[in-house]
Amino acid sequence: MNPSTTDAKARQAAPPPTDNPGPAAARPAAPRPRRPVFTGRRGLSIAAFMAPAALFVAIFVYYPMIAGGQMAFRNWNLNDLTDTSWVGLKNFKGILDDPVFYTVLGNTAVWVVGSIVPQFVIGFAIALWLRRRFRFRGLYQALIFFPWAISGFLIGILFRWMFNSEFGVVNDLLEKAHLIDTPIPWLADPKTAMTAVVIANIWYGVTFFTIMILAALQSIPDEIYEAAALDGAGKVRTLFQITIPSIRGTLALTVLLRVIWIFNFPDIIFGMTGGGPSNETHIVTTWMISITQQGDYGKASAVGLIVVAMLMVFSVFYLTATRERNGKTS
Amino acid sequence: MINKESTAGRAVRITFLTGWLIVTVFPLYWITITSLKSPGTIFSPSIAYWPEHFSLANYTGLFSKAQFGVYLTNSLVIATVAGAVATVISLLSAYVLARFEFRSKTALLMAALVTQMIPSFIALGPLYMLMTELQLVDNRLGLTLVYIAVCIPFCTVMLRGFFENVPDALEEAAMIDGCSRLGALFRVLLPVMQPGIIAAFIFNFVNCWNELFLSVTLMNSDANKTVPTALNGFISSFNIDWGSMSAAAVLTIAPTMVLFAFASRYIVQGLTSGAVKG
Repeated sequence: MNPSTTDAKARQAAPPPTDNPGPAAARPAAPRPRRPVFTGRRGLSIAAFMAPAALFVAIFVYYPMIAGGQMAFRNWNLNDLTDTSWVGLKNFKGILDDPVFYTVLGNTAVWVVGSIVPQFVIGFAIALWLRRRFRFRGLYQALIFFPWAISGFLIGILFRWMFNSEFGVVNDLLEKAHLIDTPIPWLADPKTAMTAVVIANIWYGVTFFTIMILAALQSIPDEIYEAAALDGAGKVRTLFQITIPSIRGTLALTVLLRVIWIFNFPDIIFGMTGGGPSNETHIVTTWMISITQQGDYGKASAVGLIVVAMLMVFSVFYLTATRERNGKTS
Repeated sequence: MINKESTAGRAVRITFLTGWLIVTVFPLYWITITSLKSPGTIFSPSIAYWPEHFSLANYTGLFSKAQFGVYLTNSLVIATVAGAVATVISLLSAYVLARFEFRSKTALLMAALVTQMIPSFIALGPLYMLMTELQLVDNRLGLTLVYIAVCIPFCTVMLRGFFENVPDALEEAAMIDGCSRLGALFRVLLPVMQPGIIAAFIFNFVNCWNELFLSVTLMNSDANKTVPTALNGFISSFNIDWGSMSAAAVLTIAPTMVLFAFASRYIVQGLTSGAVKG
């Protein structure tokens, strides 16, 4: 995550600029010499170039975010704004005492793990198969990229219609295949609703893994594979001893980014079930939206801060774990 | 590049890739087919995979019964302006972050990345109050300003990657030939980066076009609604009219799909360059 370390790493690792047009190598690597021409006005011009972006983000992103953060420690309910006093950790206590919070936490775990594992496996497989050139590869890549043009909210709506219990195409196909006899009320039944939203999310997210992993695969030099083939390494061995170790860094980073992102991604659920039935598909962020809609901004902000804290702890553990493993293999 | 493929391996590969393609395309096919059925036949117990009669009634209904034209125009104007302004502003910040070394650079990049990690809903309440004070609630300009700000962090990171792919030597040569730094930026760098800039704009446009929660919070009158806000209104009603809904979904998806088809190569490049080199 830390851009300074990745920069430094890239600078150390990258060879001096060559004509190699590969995706990973096409980056000027050597530290640039200072340009004396600008020393006098350098600071000023940096500030002038950064100013518009900084102003916009400060006013419309950072200010509301920080203001929202402090609401977590205040009594801030839209239904009664007469008393907005500081209440310390009362909002957090209220959340920890709320049984829904634990349902929501469990749902979030199912949502994240249930989505990311299949996304990773399918995305990886497609990337491996796409490495080989074939006639319509470009078209194929463009087609499987399409889900990305659609908003999560609309994807929720699309799948809500397909999972409709009476007129939905999913039940119809399952009946035609003789897998079920009676229609399943997918989104109305607490037992199946989570499965349905996870399926929608898998559909949406596979492409991201394919794109990232394919780009990483293409940066592995062919010579390594040729050498492995000469040594008589089989396909499975090549995969586990060459391919995966070579792109471990990308794999680790991609998984981390996706976990953070899926954790924070209420759109599909919002469009598909709105968190129902009886809170069974609420994840922390959809729950936060419903609390906001009830007007309790203090509680909603506290949920938001809990999310941030959980993601930070997770990121630190994850980065430590993957770094150690990387160290052992290299 | 990879050792020869067995016949069985080839069969598995083709089956799997074709299967996934069908899975990917099917929901889009399905919503389109639904939108083209005549309103009565959508709710029929035997589901038609290819309707006997195609009908545009769902589409015409959208424009006569609901003000869908207004929503489309609002979305188009807001997403275009916000996407373009955000791209220009991000070009400036990305240029500085790619070409200069300075002390607060890491902090600035972190500040951009942090915005991607914090759930944005935490900001909705205070943003609403801020916009109320600025008298920009339920105002297209107001939503545009917010969208610009929301697009800038990621757009900057993406464009920085494109800048770094252009060798310094190009600008240096131009400056030795007497170009000013700004001149070198506009006359030499930007033309080379054109595909990247277009991709960044399209990425911003699509994000603004699709954005739901900010728009729901800030826009309440019918004349100012964007398409996603209107769709949210459709699903909030007790009985969803799936005919109108599917037609509206198709009209919402179509423009972004066309844009993505044009720019997918560069968007992929912009997304992957950061992670793969790290």
